[in-house]
Order: sequence, then structure tokens, then C-alpha cells
Amino acid sequence: MAAVQQNATSSGLLGWIDARFPLTKLWKEHLSEYYAPKNFNFWYYFGSLSLLVLAMQIVTGIFLTMHYKADATEAFASVEYIMRDVPFGWLIRYMHSTGASAFFICVYLHMFRGLLYGSYRKPRELVWIFGVLIFLSLMGEAFFGYLLPWGQMSFWGAQVIVNLFGSIPLIGPDLAIWIRGDYVISDATLNRFFAFHVIALPLVLLGLVAVHILALHEVGSGNPDGIEIKSNKDPSTGHPVDGIPFHPYYTVKDIFGVSVFLFVFAVILFFAPSMGGFFLEENNFIPANPMQTPAHIAPVWYFTPYYSVLRAVPPMLESQFPGVACMGLAVLLFFFLPWLDRSVVRSIRYRSAPYKWWLTLFVISFFVLGYLGTKPTDVWGRFADGWWIVGGQDRATWTARVFSVVYFLFFLLMPWYTSRGETRPEPQRVT
Amino acid sequence: MKTLQMKLAGALCALLFFSAFSGTALAQEAHLDLAPIEPNNAASLQSGARTFVNYCLNCHSAGLVRYNALEQLGLTEEEIKENLMFSADKVGEMMRVTASPADQKNWFGVTPPDLSLEARVRGVDWIYTYLRSFYRDPAAVTGWNNKVYPNVAMPNVLWTLQGIREGKQETVKNDEGEEHKEIVLQPPQGGQMGAAEYDRTVADLVNFMNWMAEPHALERRNLGYLVLIALAVLVLLTYMLKAAFWVDVH
Amino acid sequence: MSTPPEVNRRRRNIVIGTAAVGGAAGVAAAIPFVESMEPSERAKALGAPVEVDISKVAPGEQMTVEWRGRPVWVLHRSAEQIASVAKSDGLVVDPNVHQSQQPKDLNGNKLRSEKPDYFVCVGICTHLGCVPVFQPDLNRYYCPCHGSKYDLAGRVYKNVPAPLNLEVPSYKYLSDSKILIYADDKGV
Repeated sequence: MAAVQQNATSSGLLGWIDARFPLTKLWKEHLSEYYAPKNFNFWYYFGSLSLLVLAMQIVTGIFLTMHYKADATEAFASVEYIMRDVPFGWLIRYMHSTGASAFFICVYLHMFRGLLYGSYRKPRELVWIFGVLIFLSLMGEAFFGYLLPWGQMSFWGAQVIVNLFGSIPLIGPDLAIWIRGDYVISDATLNRFFAFHVIALPLVLLGLVAVHILALHEVGSGNPDGIEIKSNKDPSTGHPVDGIPFHPYYTVKDIFGVSVFLFVFAVILFFAPSMGGFFLEENNFIPANPMQTPAHIAPVWYFTPYYSVLRAVPPMLESQFPGVACMGLAVLLFFFLPWLDRSVVRSIRYRSAPYKWWLTLFVISFFVLGYLGTKPTDVWGRFADGWWIVGGQDRATWTARVFSVVYFLFFLLMPWYTSRGETRPEPQRVT
Repeated sequence: MKTLQMKLAGALCALLFFSAFSGTALAQEAHLDLAPIEPNNAASLQSGARTFVNYCLNCHSAGLVRYNALEQLGLTEEEIKENLMFSADKVGEMMRVTASPADQKNWFGVTPPDLSLEARVRGVDWIYTYLRSFYRDPAAVTGWNNKVYPNVAMPNVLWTLQGIREGKQETVKNDEGEEHKEIVLQPPQGGQMGAAEYDRTVADLVNFMNWMAEPHALERRNLGYLVLIALAVLVLLTYMLKAAFWVDVH
Repeated sequence: MSTPPEVNRRRRNIVIGTAAVGGAAGVAAAIPFVESMEPSERAKALGAPVEVDISKVAPGEQMTVEWRGRPVWVLHRSAEQIASVAKSDGLVVDPNVHQSQQPKDLNGNKLRSEKPDYFVCVGICTHLGCVPVFQPDLNRYYCPCHGSKYDLAGRVYKNVPAPLNLEVPSYKYLSDSKILIYADDKGV
């Protein structure tokens, strides 16, 4: 035969497939001959765990869609129908609601790994950019999904967020009406959010995850020491000396990671699915009432840091838009990390002291802003009247302002503090 | 290696974050008594169901609960039909009131909320305390007021059981020695039940409402134990699997 | 980097063991999803037994009730219609009622009913599911979709597309004027 057989080693069924589809080629390129650094630690579990949660959300989502009714008059009751009348419906619903929070925990920890080890640095900028796009899409997916139960929090949360878009100068009000398909959050809004949540964004997410992994495999994975394993190859094999094939070593390690994750997930799922009101809020067990806002609206926990930033910015020029813009910027700044970071080393293990302090401050800010976002602004009372600037104002608001500034400065000052201070020498081989 | 400072900062953040996991989202002014919930006590749940159907279902629907769901409490279909179904024909129907919500709004000023999920919204402690905190108030429309929910539109439907309580305005000192005015509830008079028996009845009712809000809660926990055991085995096995391969890697 | 045979054997055994337990866990995890597609409490409640008042049906006439989303006919057979059933023995595929299209206690019962004067059956043609038409003048049911025919005991004629007799559901008399149509599964 004149045709060139690329995979002369495959025979039988596999050979038949390989002649028509790059199955063995893909298997080798991305698994059995993809050499990953051998020193992955705890922080490296969360990428594969995020992928697991994505798969789980899709499967549970499909089964929920079999029973859910995307109609303003039926949605709330249909969720309770799933909880009560559908065999194991309660389990599928709780998997989906717990999975949503688990998704953000995994993704936030996965992103933090990036901050720790410089995973966003050249040549992995595009991996990072796709990742931030995934994060944005995930936030959208969660937002659209949250309207679907049509509870009080669903309704009023959507009302508030869409009104934020309405505050954009010039185009705002028309934009808000276009998003809603109506003058208020209504059945029209519910139906389109259902379409976004069930089909549009899942497809986007799947595509982005695919290119995220492809971009990573193109340049190879980073590692906790931040050095490039490809610069040290074994001359006889051509493989990095500090690399090990992803399969079987990391498939086996990730399977272990999956079982530990599932154990923790099961503890929450079976024994605390509401998580004290953080995963399933009490107010969302009341059907949406357009005539009455609950006393205390807060977004779901994973949005609270950004909600804090939004609330911290006071109205300016009679518009809420500055707060909206700051909130958006707080997320968008992540895109620029590869270019903001001017340090000569990638990993925190060898970074200068200023960087470590700034990262610590950033993490503290994230948590403090997150906590404050779950509470009303008067949670810490007020400063006494007569204090300079802050007199008579909520302590929590000023705390949020301070930490929002810290959050922003982590990014904005990065070019300056990463080119200062003494870094430690990077090793030649991974540790 | 992360510095000690980083670790301490991380621990502090985690502590701060998880300290937010406290209490219910709804603001609560009054001190709440702990409701003695017993999800396994069928007799208590059945008693609560009876109280609910006799006293609450006249105004409040439980429109997400089917009558035949009460079989989960250990009742037979006949028992449900004979003792608990007054306004429905088939045992598969939902527990609804016969009046329309619009009519009720006209009569009462507000539609009495559906109680199917109330225990998840308010919390069992709130409902337990609420149902034991009514007092006579001549100034109120219904003649009753409530310490947990001031100026509530609902009268004290259980007053024949509890008896009539007065509420006296008194000046009270709190822990910091500050004084404020508070309604102090006096002992009830003339009820069919003594205080302990009434508390028991309300506890059963709240136990039932807790069941109504999430009928599969018991099943959820029981399945959870099984799943955790299976997953523990898997954690062990997958760890051994990982270790068996990673002997190669140095 | 060649691994010694004991390690390989250990690895293989752990792989097999983990795969077995993991596989079992996977099957167990799939069960709730598969079960969730079974009829829900709402479907079961809607599919609950139906009481039918048969006192208003005149002899020779038929009433239709809905049960589980399908039409159920209650035909009050006149004497002439009962006689017509006996006469159509030669026209039908299964004159002795061997096909299991009725409750077990009606097997072999040529009139296919608990009492001769009322005939209860599901009005769905056993060919492709259309609803046949009642033709009292011709003492039969006729399906307009592909021309299948049944006698007034629901027995299917020879040489028509439909393979089976019309289905007789489980039913019982609550009184002379009331019957209860139910299913023999857990829906009773």
C-alpha cells in the first residue's frame, strides 16, 4: 500500500481507528507522553477538580432540566417538585447547588495557584487569558442559573445586577431593558436566562476549557519552583529530566485527589447542603415577590468580594456607575497580570519580600471584602460623629474602601514592587 | 516554602471567613428558644400533623405537600383520609386551603403565607418561639400581639390550648446595665394545656413543619453515612494506587 | 527505569481492586439519575385509579373517560350487541381469548368483561396507537388510520394491520353503578 501509516504499531480495531482519527496520537500527546513536572503539589489538584465539577454540573443540570419549568408561574413549584416528588430529585438538586459553590472554591484555589507560582508568566499568558475568560463565563453562568429557582433572592439579585448595567452612561437604560426583555425582571427574563444557563454558556465554557488545556499543553505545565523543565532535557530520550508522563503518574494522583474531593463534597452534600444559608439562602425558599424586597439582600458568597467593592464606591455625579466600573475593573485586572509582573523569578519561593507582603495583603483583602459582602453595611456600627472624614459613617464601609484600595494596588503597583527587593536564586532542578 | 507569615495570614483569613457562617440570614431581635426537633420521632411528627391540619390548614396552605406524603410519617392511606383530609378528595392532592389567596387578602389584609417551606425560611427556633410568644393586646386588630413578630396580622390560633397571656411593659436592665422598655410575658391563664404540655404540642408542630420543609432530610443523612463509608474506602484504595506508581518518581 | 515484577504485580492488583470498587461506586452513583426518570409522585397521583359512574350510559351506548392520559371506553352492551360477539368468533384472530391483553381472571372469557352487559377497554388501536371509531350499526370498532377492526369485545379481526386485541384494564365494581379503573402495579 502506498498510503503512509502514521501508527504502524497499532493493529486491529485501534489501527482501524488510528488510520481515520488521531486517537493514539492524541493519547500520546496529551496523556502518556505529555511530560509534566514531577513536583506538583496540593495546589495543582484544583484544575482537574474544576473539570470534574464542570462535568458534574452538566450531568446534574441535564437531569434537572427534565423536570424544571422555566415559567415564572411554575418555576418555584417545579424546583420543589424536584425536591419532593421526583425520585432522588432532592439529591440531584443538592448536587447541583453544592456543585456551584464547589466550582468557585476550586476555581479560586486554582487561580491562587497561578498567583503563587507565576503560572500566568510567559509563555503561558494565553493559558491565563483563557482562564480569566472562563472565570468571567462562570460568573455569568452562576448569575443566570441563580434566577431559575425564582425565589426572592433570585428575583431581587437579578433585579439589582441588571440595574447595575442600567447605570452605564448613555446606553444603560436601554441595555437593561434589552437584557430583561421587559421593563422589570419577568417571565421573559427567566426564559432567556434559562437559555443562557442551559445551552449558551455551557458551550462557551466547554470551548474555553478545551482551548485552555490546549494552550497549556502547547507550552507545557509550570511547577512550584517556577523554572522551565524543558530547558533541561535528557539527551538520550529528549524528555525533560524533571518531567514525568502525565499518564500514569498524574492520572493516578488526580484520581486520588478526586476521591478526597468527593469525600468532602459528600459531607457537605449529605449533611449541610444549605451551609448555614451560604449555599442555599433562606430567603430563596420564598417565591419571588416583585412587590416586596427582602430586608437583607446579599449575593451568593462567591460574588461577595466584588459586591463589596461595588458598595464601597460612593455614588459620583449622581450615578452608581463608578462603583460598577470599579467592580468590573477588579475582575478585569486579572487579565493584565502577565504584563504587570516584572519580577525575574516566577515562583513565590524565590520572590522578594515586598511581593510576599503584597500577596498576603491581597489575600486578606479578598477575605475581608468577601466577609463584608455577606453583611449589611451597618454590621460594625458607626464611627462617632466629629471624626475627621469618617465621622458618623459605617465602619464596615470604610473598611471595605481601604481593602478595595489594597486589592487594586496589588495589581496596579505590581510593576513597581516586583522590580524591587531581592529575589532568591532559582534552582536548576525542581525541588 | 511559604513563610510563616503567609501561613498565619491564611489561617486568619480562613477563620474570619468561616466565622461568617453563623446564625440565620433574617434579622432577629428577640432571643429565640431552641426548638427540640426530633426527626426520627414518628409519634411527634404525627401529632404535629394533626395540630397542623386542625389549627393551621384553615388559613395557611401547604401547597407543596401531598396528603399521601404523610405516609412517610408512618400513617396509612386510610388514616390520612379519615383523620387529616377535610378539603381534598384524593390522597395524592396537595394540602391547600379552600379559600382563594385574593379573598384571603381581602379579609385579612394579607394572604397568609404558604407554610410548606416556612421552617427553611424562618428556622425552627423562630417558629417555636413565635408560637409561644403571643400575648393579649387590646390595641391590636386581632386583639393579639407577638413578641417575636410585633404587630403580626395573625391571631393566636392556639390560644384555647395555651390560655390567655398578658404582656406587661416593664423596664429591664440588659447585661451592660443599660435600661430599656420591654414586654414581659405573664404566665398564661385558662388554657386546656399546662405550660409543659403546650410546649410539647408546639414542639411537635414545629417538628412536623421541619419535616414538611424537607421531607427527604432523614433519607439524605442516612444515604450520606453509606456514601461516606464507600468514599473512605475509595480514598484509601486510590491512595495506595497512587503510592504504588509513584515509587518510580524521585 | 524498569520496575521490578513485584511492584508491577502490586500495581496491577491495586489497579484491579480500585477499578472494581470505583466501578461499583460509579454504578451506584448512576442509580439515582436513572431512578429520577421514573414516574414522579405527581405522575403517580395523576395516574391514580379513576372512579366511573356508569349509571347514565344507556344500553347500546358508550362513554369515554380519561385514565393515565388515554381514553377508556365503557360500552353498555345491549342484548343484540352481546349476541354479536358470539357471532364474530369466526372473524377474529383470537376467538378464545388466549392473548394476554386483559386481566388474568378474564383469560378465556369471550366477552372479555367482568359482567356481560358492560365492556371496558382502552380505546387505543394496537397497531400504531390511533383511537378507533365505534360503529354500532356494524357491531364493531373501526380504526380510520389503517383500517383495523375489532368486535364488541375488543377482539381484533383477521387480515387487519393490528396484531392484538384491545387492552382491557384492571377494573372492579364498587357498586352496580360505579366501577374503579386501576393498574395492577403500585398505582393501585
